[in-house]
Amino acid sequence: MEQGSDTRTPAVRAVRPGMVPADAVEGPTKLSIRNLDFFYGANKALKGITLDLVDRRVTGMIGPSGCGKSTLLRVLNRMYDLYPGQRATGEVLLDGEDILAASVDLNALRSRIGMVFQKPTPFPMSIYDNIAFGVKLHERLNRAEMDARVEWSLTRAALWAEVKDRLQTAAAGLSGGQQQRLCIARTIATRPEVILLDEPTSALDPISTLKIEELIDELKQDFTIAIVTHNMQQAARCADQVAFFYLGELVEMGPAAQIFTNPKQRRTQDYVTGRFG
Amino acid sequence: MSSAILAEMPRPDAKTAAGLGRRRRNADRLARALAVLATLVALAFLASILITLLYLGVPGISLHLFTTITKAPGSQGGLANAIVGSIVQAGLGTLIGTPIGLMVGTYLAEYAGRTKLGTAVRFVSDILLSAPSILIGLFIYQMVVAPLGGFSGFAGALALAILVIPIVVRTTEDMLRLIPVSLREAAIALGAPRWKMIVFICYRAALDGLLTGVLLAVARVAGETAPLLFTSLGNSDYSGLSSAMASLPVTIYQYAASAFDDWVQLAWTGALLITIGVLAINIVARFVVRRR
Repeated sequence: MEQGSDTRTPAVRAVRPGMVPADAVEGPTKLSIRNLDFFYGANKALKGITLDLVDRRVTGMIGPSGCGKSTLLRVLNRMYDLYPGQRATGEVLLDGEDILAASVDLNALRSRIGMVFQKPTPFPMSIYDNIAFGVKLHERLNRAEMDARVEWSLTRAALWAEVKDRLQTAAAGLSGGQQQRLCIARTIATRPEVILLDEPTSALDPISTLKIEELIDELKQDFTIAIVTHNMQQAARCADQVAFFYLGELVEMGPAAQIFTNPKQRRTQDYVTGRFG
Repeated sequence: MSSAILAEMPRPDAKTAAGLGRRRRNADRLARALAVLATLVALAFLASILITLLYLGVPGISLHLFTTITKAPGSQGGLANAIVGSIVQAGLGTLIGTPIGLMVGTYLAEYAGRTKLGTAVRFVSDILLSAPSILIGLFIYQMVVAPLGGFSGFAGALALAILVIPIVVRTTEDMLRLIPVSLREAAIALGAPRWKMIVFICYRAALDGLLTGVLLAVARVAGETAPLLFTSLGNSDYSGLSSAMASLPVTIYQYAASAFDDWVQLAWTGALLITIGVLAINIVARFVVRRR
């Protein structure tokens, strides 16, 4: 998909050749959001969001600061439950089961829907224990099985080669990019079905960012991924489908190529071409 | 726009500017001199205490001091029973007070927040922190010594434990509140229940701070006299926890005002020992914090 002749938007040129064609976004729905409203106290932060995450595809969420995209991620793993005064109404169906229901076991839910945050958050323990901590919450593994799981997750997160000789050293000694990949490894080690990435590269240098983006491409074979990003090129590079949010509303949703080359809404076009945001 | 306004404003003439500069420099010199003077006064008292302690305490230090119990005047006694008693009571007091303080501090930082109960507990804990320690001694006297019919090392340890609690509460709450929200959310996002997040992530991240709080509490109670006067009373021999027990501060209190030169010497040396001990604990606490 060579877009060199189209000079309308700089984001477009970042769309790599061989990107998944638009119709590839079709597929079984993993996570279905229906008429979701979200409130911080009296302040309505999300307004009637309806959106499907396609199984084993990457959904990019873009929009200016405060548009509600991070809020939406925090609804999907019920993180908002930590804070009294925050509430969500509507439905979020994971394989058809409403995860907003009061009866949902939150710890089990969070093992199925993992999350990686903006700033790397290594736990104050060894690299090995960072991974084992999450696994031990949900499974009983013997030593050999745990070793295998740690190696598997670090390999999947493209970190194994760099840390295999120092698994017992403190995770805080890793570089920022390595720490973030460790956080991804920690998340996939619990074998979730969905991974939520909240601006996972905004605190990283370009090389680390590239590694994480390649990783996302790799991980979507096994995981359904939602990524919030401020970086339009990143959304174009990583996402199969893109949702544009503005002031708590979902303005437009479509295949990445279409959102960046031929948006249907005026506001989407203004945003992806850098006219505001 | 702003540059136009700046250009219209009159510049001060050279004489005024020089006068202003002189006045400011003089004010600065005066403030600095007062600050240095105040520091010197404070340090002078501290230095005077330390020098006196060293001058009068060091001559009494010998192996004999650590191996012999307190004896009648003139019979070459040491401080062994008082040293052991102090370690036992401060140690047991810390052992009892620390878990309680840790749990209360955790409750305040993690669960209570700004609730009414949380605010009340925090307030009471802070009052306890600044309560005169002799009141704690009287309290334990009424609650433990009088009903059980006798002074005991255990009662002394309990009194010290009550002093330990509010110190540990405050440091625990402060240290836990310093743990970034992002670290907590990361643990929760992995599916950790709240208590596991607190015990395995927050405690570990705050470990140095929590340890420092406990060490400072030990340092504080090691030198306390008043809470022990009505509880463990003092003893001229080694003793178990169930009977009256010697301690360094009480021994110093009793010997310092006595008419016997060798007892006064023991009091000075005992005071030096406590000071060195507390200083050592503080240095260790500082070292622990700096290791981060």
